[in-house]
Amino acid sequence: MTLPLVILLPFIGAVLTGWVARLGRMQAAWMAGLFTLLAVLALVPCVPLTVAGETVLWRLDWIPTSGLNLAFRLDGLGLLFAAMILGIGLLVILYARYYLPERDGLGRFYAYLLSFMGSMLGIVLAENVILLLMFWELTSLSSFLLISYSYRKPESRRGARMALTVTGLGGLALLGGLLLLGDMAGSYDLLIILTQGEIIRAHPLYTPMLVLILIGAFTKSAQFPFHFWLPHAMAAPTPVSAYLHSATLVKAGIFLLARLFPVLSGTPEWTWLVIGAGLTTLLVGAGIALFKHDLKGLLAYSTVSHLGLITLLFGLSTPLAAVAGVFHIFNHATFKASLFMAAGIIDHECGTRDMRRINGLWSFMPYTATLAMVAAASMAGVPLFNGFLSKEMFFAETADFSSGFDHGWVLPALVVAAGVMAVAYSLRFIHDVFFNGDPIDLPRTPHEPPFWMKAPVAVLVAICLLVGIVPALTVDPLLRMTVASVLQAPPPDFDLAIWHGFGLPVVMSLVALGGGLTIYALRRPLFRLAARLEGWLDARAIYEWVLAEMLLFARWFTRRLDSGSLQRLVLVLLLTVLGLGVFGFLGSGSPLTGTRSLLPVDGVSVAMTAVLIVVTLATVALHRRRFTALVIVGALGLLVALIFIQFSAPDLALTQLSVEVVTIVLLLLALYFLPQQSPRESSNLRRTRDALIAVLAGLGAGALTWAMLTRPFTSISDYFITHSLPGGGGANVVNVILVDFRGFDTLGEITVLALAGLGIHAMLYGLRLPGLTQDAEGRPWNWDTHPAIMAALARLLLPLALLVSIYIFLRGHNAPGGGFIAGLITAVALILQYLTNGVAWTHQRLSSNMLPLIGAGLLIATLTGLGSLVFGYPFLTSSFTHVHWPIIGDFELATAMLFDLGVYLVVVGATLLILIHLGLMHRATHPHAEPTP
Amino acid sequence: MEALLSVMIGVLTAGGVYLLLRARTFSVVLGLSLITYAVNLFLFASGRLTRGAPPILAPEITHYTDPLPQALVLTAIVISFAMTAFVIMLALRARAELGSDHVDGHINQPPNTQD
Repeated sequence: MTLPLVILLPFIGAVLTGWVARLGRMQAAWMAGLFTLLAVLALVPCVPLTVAGETVLWRLDWIPTSGLNLAFRLDGLGLLFAAMILGIGLLVILYARYYLPERDGLGRFYAYLLSFMGSMLGIVLAENVILLLMFWELTSLSSFLLISYSYRKPESRRGARMALTVTGLGGLALLGGLLLLGDMAGSYDLLIILTQGEIIRAHPLYTPMLVLILIGAFTKSAQFPFHFWLPHAMAAPTPVSAYLHSATLVKAGIFLLARLFPVLSGTPEWTWLVIGAGLTTLLVGAGIALFKHDLKGLLAYSTVSHLGLITLLFGLSTPLAAVAGVFHIFNHATFKASLFMAAGIIDHECGTRDMRRINGLWSFMPYTATLAMVAAASMAGVPLFNGFLSKEMFFAETADFSSGFDHGWVLPALVVAAGVMAVAYSLRFIHDVFFNGDPIDLPRTPHEPPFWMKAPVAVLVAICLLVGIVPALTVDPLLRMTVASVLQAPPPDFDLAIWHGFGLPVVMSLVALGGGLTIYALRRPLFRLAARLEGWLDARAIYEWVLAEMLLFARWFTRRLDSGSLQRLVLVLLLTVLGLGVFGFLGSGSPLTGTRSLLPVDGVSVAMTAVLIVVTLATVALHRRRFTALVIVGALGLLVALIFIQFSAPDLALTQLSVEVVTIVLLLLALYFLPQQSPRESSNLRRTRDALIAVLAGLGAGALTWAMLTRPFTSISDYFITHSLPGGGGANVVNVILVDFRGFDTLGEITVLALAGLGIHAMLYGLRLPGLTQDAEGRPWNWDTHPAIMAALARLLLPLALLVSIYIFLRGHNAPGGGFIAGLITAVALILQYLTNGVAWTHQRLSSNMLPLIGAGLLIATLTGLGSLVFGYPFLTSSFTHVHWPIIGDFELATAMLFDLGVYLVVVGATLLILIHLGLMHRATHPHAEPTP
Repeated sequence: MEALLSVMIGVLTAGGVYLLLRARTFSVVLGLSLITYAVNLFLFASGRLTRGAPPILAPEITHYTDPLPQALVLTAIVISFAMTAFVIMLALRARAELGSDHVDGHINQPPNTQD
């Protein structure tokens, strides 16, 4: 099945095009075109089935428990959109090659364009609505990149940000709506959703769900009152506008309306909301377009208006209106893309887009003028061009829909008014630009553009004409196929012909044409009126006001909360936690003490508790004398290790012991660069307050522990205990959990360890700190060399310690030990050499570059996991066998051991990396203190 | 015995919180260490307390303590070492860049304190 390839290929192409662009513009354009063609080729095998009326499905379970599948479908609607996205995309790629200036490398442009294309294809081919939403968000992101392509211009940045804010907000609403929809239908797959229309429309949450989905669709398709972002997105290069605002981005909202049409439509809520938004947008867009002097501005608002028209058609909810809607989607894509490209040519050739200065271009570029005039006539709805057909169907449908209502003439009258304005602005595009006297003060003299820049326009205009003249031969089957998939039912009877006989629609068309001519003739007084009304009810101003207010509020709120003091923030955090804790305790109503039987108290435990309390209090009391406090904390770590031993956790005790050694050494090394004493800074009041908070926190933690320990519990650990030997091949359940059952967690954890090491490596890079010259009591630092006996003893100890760590590592699967502990022991053994023999001596014998070691560890662990994939098992499945080794005895050889080796290497590497770098800093501060032995 | 462990965890938390509220980086790091002990013990205790039944399988033993919290705490100990190391290096860097080991980077009250 090649369906997923259709979506994947543009993304691959995006990467390759960006890479190939270093060779030249031509190569980038060819690569982009090639991958678009490949996507077309991938689509082709699925087409015959779709044309035959079937829905092509491709599915891969991703997170089936959450209803999230990688599932794609190709039906008529998807095929129509995919064809437009790929076809117009190809033309835009060709056009952009000539449009964008020579200094432009094109790699970035095509990479953005292709990733946008892929995202768009994802929307129209998605079978799972959550997947659809992901691609929806991807189009928001990639269109942001495209609109902000000329990121040095402030209006590009502003336009892109506005588009992202509005469509991003809509995406959020859409997420809510689709989750509700999936919940109602019982599945996120369209296959099921599309059959559940009755149930969904009767659901009590139908209205909120509909509103959320419509907000998503309306923001994307620039429907009133979210229409304001679209004209500002015109800051994008014209090829982008031609692509985004004809066939793709703004049609995504319309696509969604069409996709969910059989499920959502037909209710009064749908009718009112969709018709209301569509009609307002149709009128507002057409009205503003009439008064825009910027060529692209006119096209932008006319796009807004036409999107309103299509939305309105879907709002009518009748099958024939859906036919007209789908038809107009296609027609609008063709004539608007060609108009944008023509506008781009004019801009390119004249250096301006101001219609008050561009006049009489007919004599400069007759070919381009002819093409643009045909497209504009189609936009106006002149007979023999494709826009006429769909617009007449639109008139007929609105008239038909309204005939049953009181005041039924209002809707047809309003849409005719919009038609009048559409004719007027189309006429302005033609007459003002190509005739109407001579150009005024143009930056350059226009002439015909290169052939390949006109060719894409010509192709699109040819489609406009073919569809307009012989609709039954060209677009009819495509339309029937698409409509069948939109309605999820056989298409209604319709007849595509230029002449249906004299009726109301013809009258409406004639009124629109005549009215448009009149309005255009009266344009000068109207422009003066419009200039006076400018700025009245500016949706953009409201948007910017809301945004500014929100930023002000956020700034105010942040300032109230965070004054730039960590102490204060920690206080706020602790008080919040305490408050929530107290609230929970008091609100739960269950007794503090549970029913579980308790262990007896013995003398040793009492003594240990007493020692721990004394040591903790001593740490707090002496914390300003840092060295002393640090030594005491070391003792605390040993006590914690003892607690682990007492309660059957030998692995934890071993880990705690070795970590404690490393931590204390680390803190001692760091203390060398810090003041030896903390000054007494806090007031008595503040210390009392802090002590109170500390006591409260302690009471809370103690109470929580007590409540937990006295309650009975059930654990999932029985599974681990029973399966440890038969499944994991190890008797040490803790180790088997680490390297086998929960190996993926461990892989994450050693990655964190490696990242912490790397972060420290980066943080210490180039750090210079003055070392000490005297201790806290003012005694001078002792520069004695390392004691000879200790140095010699430590060297002797090294092989022994390494042997112990290997032993601990090997036995880890069956007895306390394993990669973590062995790694720490090795690290301690090596650090001992640094401490006793000095950095210089050890440095000569041991490389200080630990990064390869960390990398090797991560690689081994990951490859072990991937190895099981090769044999068809899930990631990190372990296998094992029993081997009899001489001397060591019977021994399991498990792949988990290889994984543990990765853990070991990362632990050794990260620990040494951290400590060695501090050690090297010591040497840098006191080079003379290190005589070579 | 459970009461004693609760007391221990409570005392460690209280000491840690007090040190966390101090103004100098080194005290804060010490405070974090104390809280780390308390949190690790708490996580460990979520498997409840059992004496003399380590989760090392042997043919004649049927009763074992809960191994899962132990596995979690084992990695937590190592990760908290990495975290301590990171924080102390951050403290060193801050001292080098800002010339002070005060947690706010300077001893005086921050300029935009409003209350």
